[in-house]
Amino acid sequence: MASILIVAEHANGALNPATAKCVDCARGIDGADIHVLVLADSPDAIAAEAAALEGVGKVLTVADAAFAAPLAAALAPQVVATASGYDYVFGPSTTFGKDLMPRVAALLGVNQLSDVMEVVDARTFKRPIYAGNAITTVRVRDGYTVVATVRAASYKAVGSQDAAPIESAEAAGGTPAHTRFVSVQTGDSDRPDLQTAARVISGGRALGSADNFEIIYDLADSVGAAVGASRAAVDAGYVPNELQVGQTGKIIAPELYVAIGISGAIQHLTGIKDAGTIVAINKDEDAPIFEVADIGLVGDLFKVIPEIKSALG
Amino acid sequence: MDKILVGLKRVVDYNVRIRVKTDGSGVETDGVKMSINPFDEIALEEALRIRERGEASEVVVFSIGPSDAQQQLRTGLAMGADRAILVEAADAVDPLSAAKVITKLIEAESPELVILGKQAIDNDNNQTGQMVAALWDRPQATFASKVELADGKATVTREVDAGLETIEVDLPAVVTTDLRLNEPRYVKLPDIMKAKKKPLDTTPIADFGVAPDDAFEVSEYAPPPQRSKGVMVEDTAALVAALKDKGLI
Repeated sequence: MASILIVAEHANGALNPATAKCVDCARGIDGADIHVLVLADSPDAIAAEAAALEGVGKVLTVADAAFAAPLAAALAPQVVATASGYDYVFGPSTTFGKDLMPRVAALLGVNQLSDVMEVVDARTFKRPIYAGNAITTVRVRDGYTVVATVRAASYKAVGSQDAAPIESAEAAGGTPAHTRFVSVQTGDSDRPDLQTAARVISGGRALGSADNFEIIYDLADSVGAAVGASRAAVDAGYVPNELQVGQTGKIIAPELYVAIGISGAIQHLTGIKDAGTIVAINKDEDAPIFEVADIGLVGDLFKVIPEIKSALG
Repeated sequence: MDKILVGLKRVVDYNVRIRVKTDGSGVETDGVKMSINPFDEIALEEALRIRERGEASEVVVFSIGPSDAQQQLRTGLAMGADRAILVEAADAVDPLSAAKVITKLIEAESPELVILGKQAIDNDNNQTGQMVAALWDRPQATFASKVELADGKATVTREVDAGLETIEVDLPAVVTTDLRLNEPRYVKLPDIMKAKKKPLDTTPIADFGVAPDDAFEVSEYAPPPQRSKGVMVEDTAALVAALKDKGLI
């Protein structure tokens, strides 16, 4: 039986939805026995959430004040200690997983499979390269621990089940003192989360200023959507970095994605390819965004957005 | 601080539109423009700024790649690096092997800071910096958008999904760069001429005693699934109607 250890991502005492998507990916491996590892200062509530994810056989916890912040240098030795005997170690392809999992892989003496988007069979996986412009099929040699990050946008969150058992795992100890958490500055939490929202409305450079970007927030609020942005809009300082969608930002898969004033650089398109319906509004009829849009409208966003608002009443 | 070590990977230029070979054996790289990986250019710019502030005395650039990677190292020297090391490898090098080679360079060079790009835009692995930090048993500060050095420590602001995280790490350490750390300088012609005289040492990868890792076998390269071409609507009313039709608003 294939044993799979998934490293849970969490913040403020709650499980990150990307963990449920890692479970979905792991379930693609035949006969998978899926365990979730929760490393936190107080893991109980997070572990209870993980135990209720459909397909999870067991949850392992280690409580340690050193795990209060997600520092890779602190977490990696513990993941490596717990991972002993597992055939697979998965983490989400979020900034948390991208930071931690390669450190884990190196300590295990293996390469990491980054951004798994499809499980072909127990040893064969698909992953994107060149900003998603090519998809490779990679076979991992037998007897080699598969350390992977899971591209959350390729998977659905699993449903719920009766709680799986929760056990304490042996603490590895020896957390290094060389890395210290200072602070985290997060954005507006009143709006839906960009990574999990069913609807996302994004703005680009054409907005022209941070002040003008307010009409994107306003439209998003009127339909209960999360707000995203192109790299150009973030670089120009219209919105904070956590709103960036694309190759080096967030890869998302909402049911509805509305790109407003975004030309559609290849690096942006790679972040939205899995969206259900893509709507593009741009005044340049030759903008590449129209090549991937399901519905396109050529027009001035400063005229179109108020029209949409009034049509929605 | 004495020395900063910076990695420069030779990759297909950011602006090239990648095509998968029709037989699925790889991506087309013949006759394609090659450049320094953009994140690595940011890494070098940061190192140069630290040196220019008087907080480091030497910036050493290295590349692991084919003989042609000398071009990218020469560009790095023209940007302002003091000397360059090419670890010559005819075949592609996996992240773990690259990290092992870099660890050996670190042993030889004893840098206080190693700055690498967070990912190379060819394989998009985003692994090497973290692996170097693990093998070196030193701190990592990945996805950096701000780096401040003082008293043997680096205070690094990181671009994370939640926003901006700040951590403090003891030196020596590995930093990997994100897009907004800085804007790399343009190379001027006189600097290109001067760079020709700067030292560039070449060592074959075999001399590092690192065996390539053959665990991953790529059986196929395929173009991504294409989204079918959609419809263009004439006006806002038609757009709203189409969205209501699909039950999306």
